[in-house]
Amino acid sequence: MIEFQDVSVSYDGTPALRAASFTVGEGELCLVVGPTGSGKSTVLGAACARVPHFSGGLLSGTVLVAGRDTRDHLPRDLADVLGVVGQDPLASFVTDSVEEELAFAMEQLGVAPALMRKRVEEVLDLLGLAPLRGRALADLSGGEQQRVAIAAVLTAQPRILVLDEPTSALDPGAAEDVLAALTRLVHDSGITVLLAEHRLERVVQFADSVISLTPDGVATAGAPAAVLAHSAVAPPVVELGLLAQWDPLPLSVRDARRVAGPLRERVRTGLAAAVGTTRTGAPNDRADRTPSGSAALLAARGLHVRYGAAHAVRGVDLELPAGEVVALMGRNGSGKSSLLWALSGRGRRSGGTATLADGTDPADLIPAVARREVALVPQAPSDLLYLPTVAAECAAADEQATAAAGTTASILDSLTPGIDAARHPRDLSEGQRLALAVAVQLAATPRVLLLDEPTRGLDYTAKAHLVAALGELRAGGHTILVASHDVEFVARVAGRVVLLAEGEVVADAPAEEVLRDSPTFAPQVAKILAPVGVLTVADVREALAAGAAAEGPP
Amino acid sequence: MTTFQRSPGPPPVPGPPVTERTDRVSLHPLAWWAWGAGIAVALTRTQNPLVIALLLAAVTLVVVTRRDDSPWARAFGAYLWLGLVVIAVRVAFYVLVGLPDGSPVLVDLPRIPLPGWVDSIELLGPVHAAGLLGAVYAGLRLAALIITFGAANALANPKRALRCLPASLHHLGTAVVIAVSVTPQLFSAAARVRRAQLLRGLDGRGPRAFAGRLIPVLQDALDQALALAASMDSRGYARGHRPGGDRRVGALLLVALLAGLIGTYGLLDGTAPDWLGPPLLAAGAAVAVVASVLAGRQVRRTRYRPDPWGLPENLVAACGVAVAAAIGLGAALEPDSVSASLSPLTWPTLPLSGVIAAGAAALPAVLPGRSTR
Repeated sequence: MIEFQDVSVSYDGTPALRAASFTVGEGELCLVVGPTGSGKSTVLGAACARVPHFSGGLLSGTVLVAGRDTRDHLPRDLADVLGVVGQDPLASFVTDSVEEELAFAMEQLGVAPALMRKRVEEVLDLLGLAPLRGRALADLSGGEQQRVAIAAVLTAQPRILVLDEPTSALDPGAAEDVLAALTRLVHDSGITVLLAEHRLERVVQFADSVISLTPDGVATAGAPAAVLAHSAVAPPVVELGLLAQWDPLPLSVRDARRVAGPLRERVRTGLAAAVGTTRTGAPNDRADRTPSGSAALLAARGLHVRYGAAHAVRGVDLELPAGEVVALMGRNGSGKSSLLWALSGRGRRSGGTATLADGTDPADLIPAVARREVALVPQAPSDLLYLPTVAAECAAADEQATAAAGTTASILDSLTPGIDAARHPRDLSEGQRLALAVAVQLAATPRVLLLDEPTRGLDYTAKAHLVAALGELRAGGHTILVASHDVEFVARVAGRVVLLAEGEVVADAPAEEVLRDSPTFAPQVAKILAPVGVLTVADVREALAAGAAAEGPP
Repeated sequence: MTTFQRSPGPPPVPGPPVTERTDRVSLHPLAWWAWGAGIAVALTRTQNPLVIALLLAAVTLVVVTRRDDSPWARAFGAYLWLGLVVIAVRVAFYVLVGLPDGSPVLVDLPRIPLPGWVDSIELLGPVHAAGLLGAVYAGLRLAALIITFGAANALANPKRALRCLPASLHHLGTAVVIAVSVTPQLFSAAARVRRAQLLRGLDGRGPRAFAGRLIPVLQDALDQALALAASMDSRGYARGHRPGGDRRVGALLLVALLAGLIGTYGLLDGTAPDWLGPPLLAAGAAVAVVASVLAGRQVRRTRYRPDPWGLPENLVAACGVAVAAAIGLGAALEPDSVSASLSPLTWPTLPLSGVIAAGAAALPAVLPGRSTR
């Protein structure tokens, strides 16, 4: 259905995709993987003719979509065979109610009214949206919005669906809903799907083929297991498979669990051996991440946040001791962001107190003073940035924080080395931009750092950088509270997890306890090796090393 | 490569969930515009303050009984205030620069001397009863026109009204609807960025802080506009539309516009020759329809669940026509009935035509609505 013949794309002379040739067959679910900036969006854009008609740039080679050459077909000329769903559903909505949004594409294509009515009803049923048909789009939850966005392109009955990270903004439950709807479409209606996704662990088991891109834009296509074994990015199940040298490489938790028996025993003995001996003090040692007995740097008592009739945070008590990384988890709309903003002192607070170690409330301090105590990096880090170059941004941050010149730049360099200071912050990758925003906030040396959804749009490499950087900050005595949907990231970084539901704390416990047994929040490694208590591939590697060490000297 | 992201920093204030859709049960938007237009024509044809006041009361009654709970409907109160302001300004102008007439003087304000070369105007001076009443009546009439416009807006969702545009204006209509929807997003983006920058210790005053806020907001707006344009393009918007279009359409539209302009003038100015009013307006409308049909042939699109036009719509539109007809007939048969009765200064009488017109204007308040489908 989609055919790339020797396709190269370059923007202003910088190549983004080099000589890609592959074919996506009828009814296939094809996954596009690769690190940030490797041209995933370019591949998707070329498939829906937005590259080069909409984005500019130079495309050589031939792209055929359902037999139509994108050279002489604009995106609108493909509207009847190809539907596109983006990362942010709200940005793609044209109308303001569910039913009208579903009808928009058909109105443009001139579908007869009677047929239009029938198709809207069918698609509403197909994606389980019938109860929402009259609702305003802005009132829907993230998962519902993304399902409406998919439904809105399905009504035109395309034979191909192109999705660019459709679940990146969703909590695990909502992401499951969207992916379940997608797999049902693939299996029931035989629609061809081209999908890009950062969090591979969610989708790789559904894929029929994978296109892997390297950072310099070279594409490899093939069967999932074969491609992922050599890919720059891989989900935890593949990493674990490579570590345990399983062959064939399992792609789903189910497949992995069936071959994981021997590994489970080895990890169990390794863990037992590690408990018997003295701790090695490995940097990834989880017990290290939950110090006890230190005074709280920031403590909240009975925090409430209300927006009109909505009660976003209901009586939250929270203590953040020094040197701890705490993860805040929960559904979309469970009050995570509201809680972070209330803690920072800058957001709305309807009741309760937040106190720093010296007893003051950050809300009583003027912003320039409060940021020396508590810093928040909001969900869109670019909101903090406004200057034309990274260097200017760093200089302004030094001045505003009354820090020595060069402070921000050196923090930035320790977080992500090698950012060109002359670049515009908007031209940075998501990970680099986040690092810049964090550096700007850290310039005022706050003891408490609050991060709102920092992993959105980050690839595995950038996440690993972030995990390492947060580990160093924690070792330096900072306390970090991070709101995230990303269970794999939380498993690697957090010592304690606070779970919110409808604005209330429903769990506040060490990460193992909260994550291991949860059906939605358990990371893949925990699911594969349950009931053994490990969460990440690093944990497994450590346990195996301990086991080998215990066996080695008799 | 930039990925589009729009994420509310702090969660936006959630509105009350809209589970019941009100727009489906409301009438066709053009029915309300026809009703409003009929009343507007009547208002321009009469100067009798009692009739104007009755029509105004009828309009307000209909809005209060028939409006739904949309933001457009809630804006009606603002139109009422605007009407009051218009009357106040009109009276203030009369007191300041009004001309003297033969009626009794109510208050004799001290004159403010002006240089000799402006001898036809004097500031303040005596306030005459007839002049003051005339100012109040004229202000009332203008206010009533504005409030009638507001009433049509409150009763018919403007977005749905724009969807009734003919095929030739389809693209324009879609663009306007999007512009209307995007404006509130700019305000919420500005609020979000301001809050984010407080985190950085920028407390938001002075030109530097303004520039610091403006840039992220504009970047956000541009990103959103591009994302929306890409989405619309991929969903077939403007498909098969030839840029440039038909030259005949442009020429016909120009003719129609001129005819409409002159015709409206003829209709509103009671002293203009008869042929200048309705006939020219009708000719202009006919030319516009021809142009629209020609242009519409180039656009292939259909409409999902168009608003039905049935008996309730006919009744409401007929009420508007009846209002205009009653006043028009009354003016023709009994010219005194539409005068403001300022010379000689007497208490205005309420003509039968005015009562009929006000009754017709108020009738939609009790007419049956469209039942839920």
